[in-house]
Amino acid sequence: MSTNNNNSLINLQHVVKRYPMGNTTFTALEDITLSIGKGEFTGIVGPSGSGKTTLLNIIGSLDSPSEGSAEVLGQFIENLSHKEAARLRNHHLGFIFQTYNLLPVYTVFENVEFPLLLLGLSSDDRKKMVMEALEWVGLTDKVKSKPAQLSGGESQRVAIARAVVKKPALVLADEPTANLDAENSHNILRAMVRLNQELGTTYLFSTHDEKVINYLRRKITLLDGKIVSDETMTPQGRLT
Amino acid sequence: MIRFLFKGLMRDRSRSLFPILTVTIGVFITVLGHSWFIGALGGMLGTSANFETGYVKIMSRAYAKLSQEIPNELALVGVNALLADLGKDYPDWQFTPRIRFGGLIDIPDSAGETRSQGPAMGLAVDLLSGKSGELKRLNIAQSIRRGRVPESPDEILIADKLAQKLDVNPGDVATLISSTMNGNMAIYNFKVAGTVSFGIQALDKGAILADIQGMQAALDMENAAGEIVGYQPDMLYQDEAAHQVARTFNQQYSTDMDDFAPTMITLADQAGLDYLLKMSDSMGFILVTVFIFVMSLVLWNSGLMGSLRRYGEIGIRLAIGEAHGHIYRSLLWESLIIGITGSIIGTIIGLSIAFWIQSQGIDIGSMMQGSSIMMDNVLRTHVTAATYYIGFIPGILATLIGTAFAGVGIYRRQTASLFKELEV
Repeated sequence: MSTNNNNSLINLQHVVKRYPMGNTTFTALEDITLSIGKGEFTGIVGPSGSGKTTLLNIIGSLDSPSEGSAEVLGQFIENLSHKEAARLRNHHLGFIFQTYNLLPVYTVFENVEFPLLLLGLSSDDRKKMVMEALEWVGLTDKVKSKPAQLSGGESQRVAIARAVVKKPALVLADEPTANLDAENSHNILRAMVRLNQELGTTYLFSTHDEKVINYLRRKITLLDGKIVSDETMTPQGRLT
Repeated sequence: MIRFLFKGLMRDRSRSLFPILTVTIGVFITVLGHSWFIGALGGMLGTSANFETGYVKIMSRAYAKLSQEIPNELALVGVNALLADLGKDYPDWQFTPRIRFGGLIDIPDSAGETRSQGPAMGLAVDLLSGKSGELKRLNIAQSIRRGRVPESPDEILIADKLAQKLDVNPGDVATLISSTMNGNMAIYNFKVAGTVSFGIQALDKGAILADIQGMQAALDMENAAGEIVGYQPDMLYQDEAAHQVARTFNQQYSTDMDDFAPTMITLADQAGLDYLLKMSDSMGFILVTVFIFVMSLVLWNSGLMGSLRRYGEIGIRLAIGEAHGHIYRSLLWESLIIGITGSIIGTIIGLSIAFWIQSQGIDIGSMMQGSSIMMDNVLRTHVTAATYYIGFIPGILATLIGTAFAGVGIYRRQTASLFKELEV
C-alpha cells in the first residue's frame, strides 16, 4: 500500500464511513488509509457495493467520513461546512459522470463555460479557457452544438472539457466509459491521459471497466469497504 | 450569470413559457378586474352622487327622517339665504337646490280632455340660472332624444319611454297633478320641451325633469326645496373632506332644536353607499391578495414540476461546486425575470382591453330592465394610476413566493447522493 508523504494531494487516515440502516449501521468503508500524490492516474476498482463511490464522495467533498480524517488539497473534509466544501469543489475539483450530465438547453461552449462563471472570471478569460479546453478534447468544431446533437463519445468529451476547463488539481471520474463503446472509451481515456501528462492533473477513477484499468498507473482494489490491494501498474492502453 | 440564466430560460420553454403564461393571465385578470371594479363602482357612485345623493346633502331634520317618502311638506325653507351662507362658508363647494316630487302626468287633447295619463317621479333642478352646474352634472344636453333643453320655468323634460307611452311630443302640454307643500292639490300645466334618456334604467322608465323655479311655483314651494346637494366641482368624491364639511355644518345647528333646522349628510351616509365606497377602496387590495395566493399556489406547483425536471441540472451544479444558496438565488432571479416579463405582457394586454372598454363601454341595459338601482346602463372600466402598477404586485410577488417554496427542496439535496442520482 502507498504510504503517506508530504507531496500527497489526498491523504486518508483510518477513514470509516457508516450509514444508519434501521436500528443498525452499515459500514461502507472500514479503516481506509491511503495517499495519492500529484499527477497520479489512479483507479479505485472493485465490484458493486465495495465502497468505490463512497470513497469518491468523501474525496470529492460530497460526503464526510464517520471516523478518521480525509485531507484533500490540504483541507480536512470532515471539518468543512457545506459552503466550504462547495468552494473546494468549485475551485479545485473536476467531476466526470457516467451519464455526462450536460445541461441540455446550453451549447457545448456554454456547458464548458459554466464552472468558470461560478468562479467569476471575465468574459475574455472564459472564452479563452473554454476554447483551450475544447481544443484539448478535439471539439472546437462543436462549439455551438447542443448536447442532443452530440454522440455519446462527444458528450463525454464535453464533460471532460467541463471538468478540466478550470485546470483543477484533481479530477474524479465515476465509471466514465460505462456508456461508451470500445472505440469511444479509448478515445476518452487517451484524452484524459494526455491531459494528465500535459497539465499534471491528478485523475482518480472509480471503475470496474477493464478498458479503464488498462490505462491506470495505479490500481487500488476495494472489497467490502476495505483496501485489499494497492498496485503500481504499467499502462497497457493504446496511447497512440 | 444573469445572462446565462436568461439564455436558459429563453431556450427552455417549459421553464419560461408556462410560468410566463400563468403570470400573464393572472396579471391580465388583475389589471382588467381592478379597472372594471373601479369603473363599475365609480360609475355607480358617480351616478348616485349626480342624480341622488350629492357629495353632501342638506335637508330639514324632519325631511331626512322620512326622505324615502319624499315628504315635501317637511322641506327646507329660506333656501336662498341658506345657499348664500353656504357659498360664503364653503367657497370650494358648489351647492344647488333640488325638489323631488311624484304625481300623475296628464296629457290633454285639443279639447282639454285627458288623452293619456300615467304616474311619474320627478326631479326639479336649477336648469336656468347657469350657475348650478346641473346641466353638465346630469349630462342633460347629451341625453336629449327629441326637442331641446328647457328655456323657461314652465318647461319640462320627460323620459323618452314615458313620452312614447303617453304619446306626447315636444311642444305638447303636460299637466302635473300632485300635492303642494301645504298638502293641497296641485295642478300645473307645463310645456314639454323635449324627451330624455339618461341611460339609467331607474330614471328612463318614467322620470320628469323640471326647472326648480317652475316646480316651486307648481308645488307652492317659494324659497323652499326638498334638499340642497353639494359637490366639489371637477373632483371625485373625497369621503374625509365631505365628512369634515358635514361635521362643521351640523355643529353650527347643534343647539337648534327645531325639527326643520337643516342637517347635512354625506354620500357615504346614504343608501348603503358607505359599503360601496369601502369596497371600492379595498378592491385593489382584495384582488391583489387573491391573485397572489392563487398564483403562488399555481407557480409553486409549476416550480415543483420544474425542479423535478431539472433535478439532474441542479445536481450537477451542486457537484461542480455551486452552493445551495447560490442555486436558490439563481432560481429566484429566474422567477423575477419571469414575473417581470409576465407582468409587463399581462399589464399591456389588460390595459389595452381596459382602455377599450373605458371608451366603448358595455351596454347592460337589457339586463337592467325594471331595475331601480341608480346606475348607468353602460358599464365602463376606469383606468387609474393604480391600474398601471397593480398587476406587478401579484405578478412578481406570486412568482417569487411560488419559487421560494418550491426551491426549498434544494437545501434537502444530499450531496453524498449525487453520484448515484446523476448516474440514473
